[in-house]
Amino acid sequence: MNYLNQLRYALNVNILGMNALRINRYINQIRTQAGRKWTSEVLSPPLKIAPKTKELIGRHYLRGNFANLSQKVAWVTSGAPIEYLKALGYYLYYPENHGAVCGTLRVAESLACSAEEGGYSQDICSYARTDIGAVLSQSSPIGKIPNPDLLVACTNICQTVLHWYKVLAHHFDVPLILIDAPFIYRGIREHDIAFVKSQLEDAIVVAEQVSGRSLDHRNLSLVAQRSLQATQLWEEILRLNEHHPAPISVVDQFIHMAPIVEMRGEEFTVKFYQQMLAEVKERVRNGVGVVKGEKKRLLWDNLPIWYRLRFMAEYLGERGVAIIASTYTNAWAELSNYINPHDPIESMARTYMHAILNRGTGDKLDVMKSMIKAYTLDGAILHSDRSCKPYSVGQIDQRDRLISDYQIPAVLIEADHNDPRAFSEEQVINRLDAFLEMLDV
Amino acid sequence: MFELFGLGIDVGSTTIKIVAINSQFEMIWHHLEPTQPQVGPQVKRIIKLAHDHFNVKNTPPLIATGYGRRLVQDADQHVTEITCHAKGIFREFHQKGTLIDIGGQDSKVIAIDSDGKVIDFVMNDKCAAGTGRFLENTARRLGVDIAEMGAKALSTSDESPISSTCTVFAESEIVSLIANGVALGAIVRGLHRSLVQRIVSMARLVGLTAPIMLSGGVVLNPAVCEMIAEETAEEVHLPQFPQLMGAYGAALLTT
Repeated sequence: MNYLNQLRYALNVNILGMNALRINRYINQIRTQAGRKWTSEVLSPPLKIAPKTKELIGRHYLRGNFANLSQKVAWVTSGAPIEYLKALGYYLYYPENHGAVCGTLRVAESLACSAEEGGYSQDICSYARTDIGAVLSQSSPIGKIPNPDLLVACTNICQTVLHWYKVLAHHFDVPLILIDAPFIYRGIREHDIAFVKSQLEDAIVVAEQVSGRSLDHRNLSLVAQRSLQATQLWEEILRLNEHHPAPISVVDQFIHMAPIVEMRGEEFTVKFYQQMLAEVKERVRNGVGVVKGEKKRLLWDNLPIWYRLRFMAEYLGERGVAIIASTYTNAWAELSNYINPHDPIESMARTYMHAILNRGTGDKLDVMKSMIKAYTLDGAILHSDRSCKPYSVGQIDQRDRLISDYQIPAVLIEADHNDPRAFSEEQVINRLDAFLEMLDV
Repeated sequence: MFELFGLGIDVGSTTIKIVAINSQFEMIWHHLEPTQPQVGPQVKRIIKLAHDHFNVKNTPPLIATGYGRRLVQDADQHVTEITCHAKGIFREFHQKGTLIDIGGQDSKVIAIDSDGKVIDFVMNDKCAAGTGRFLENTARRLGVDIAEMGAKALSTSDESPISSTCTVFAESEIVSLIANGVALGAIVRGLHRSLVQRIVSMARLVGLTAPIMLSGGVVLNPAVCEMIAEETAEEVHLPQFPQLMGAYGAALLTT
């Protein structure tokens, strides 16, 4: 990297961009605090930390816009072990998170269409299509997506990533690290951990070669420590929803989980969650619920429907119903049990093998059951996600077991996390209406 | 003149049904007509028809159900057809069991407990192959009146399996079967089997507690009822007016 590029990076990111985002946050905070009226009669105002979240996400993509000028870039799957990449100074770009941003901003469909025009089937995951579409069309709402120097895919979330990242490797002609995480059917086996650990050791060598640096193991421990702190804080925040009324909804969780996914291992991420925890605790102390007059509390299973987040929150909120727990956002809290900064490589293997999608469907059922108990939930909405087969498989049996073992109603709604063409509002409303009638709402 | 206690209107994709009940919760009048593209004015006219029939002075309570329920602006409440069908059928048979409702646009299986409460439901609202539309489309392709499809299926024991899992592709399969000289009755019987097997496999998702109770316009087709009994090997109950169970249930909810 030459000095001129470093200078351009510093000017665009550190001086202009960061300050513009900071000013934008101040304006948002002032508007919120200056009593810009919150008009919803059913939902509480957004968390005060929301402008900060927006700033962090904006900063992350701003750095990405100019990352090729200053540092090595790795594209990684959402569940991939990243602590060693962070310690080696990589900028990490998450195509799935970018996909979620595109879904929320409702541009995922046009990007998916670009991928389909490029010959990729509509049956492929909509995150993959959004990403491949963004690559092929060279367009994105975040501006310039940095080109990768390295690709890292881990099979702990699905097998699609295997093929998706091979496509990217072919397109960009850069090295691809594949971490094969053996599926955990019943309990983790030590030789599986050893297998993943050895792959990580090999991955580190490749990542060192690409970055031209040697891994500093003290730095790796520090990054792992920050990942641990952030996941512990996240868990503590989610647990506050055990209170009645619940202080935050899963929509809040879906939005505010962005830093823990794509900014894991950073000091500012830890500070962010400390601040968020303090605010949510304050809500609990003041008895503020996310839904005013909370009548029923629900569980959400699977990825969110990104392009209909507000609709779901308002539709349910109007009826006094709050979705307050989800297996998806809980998946990041669960990781805190396994991260060990004193033995970061082995603990990375252990941690990332325990991703919810890398465990048996019975295990997910147990998670759902424990959440129903802990959060005193009245029912469950299971989103059968056309794009995410590993998350959706087993949902019919899981739904039946929730009904038979807990006598709580559970409904399956069919949609897609990122492709609005697989979402039929009338039919989803009809099912939810009937479900709420069963709950006597 | 019967005393009018409440009205229920079911705005379905194929037909609109309205039912009036008396203070003993009995169905005392009903009206049914095909759904027109302009549902709003049609619904207003049908409600007026009911009011005129009973020469009402005070507007009786009205609950709307069905896919177009929100288009009934005069309704006191809008309730899903799941709850309404369950309410109507429970009033008819007074027992717990499994309700299978096959409509023109979707099909549903509803588990009802001994208090008449809905304890679970599954819906097929994604694929026409599990709904009345499957028979409608294929009848048109075969040149058979939809009302005659059931009798045609029961007129023979020969059955030609239909392997397509999609209404559109089933039509192509039919063309090919006709071209190969397969008898019309055998094709029609195969079509019914295909529809019923799809619905029964959906019914098994809610556990299939006997007896099976039927509602919706499609169960007026005798072959559908017979094959549901055959495929489930369970007792099947058919109400006198299966098409009206949603509207009847809605009327009962006014009480």
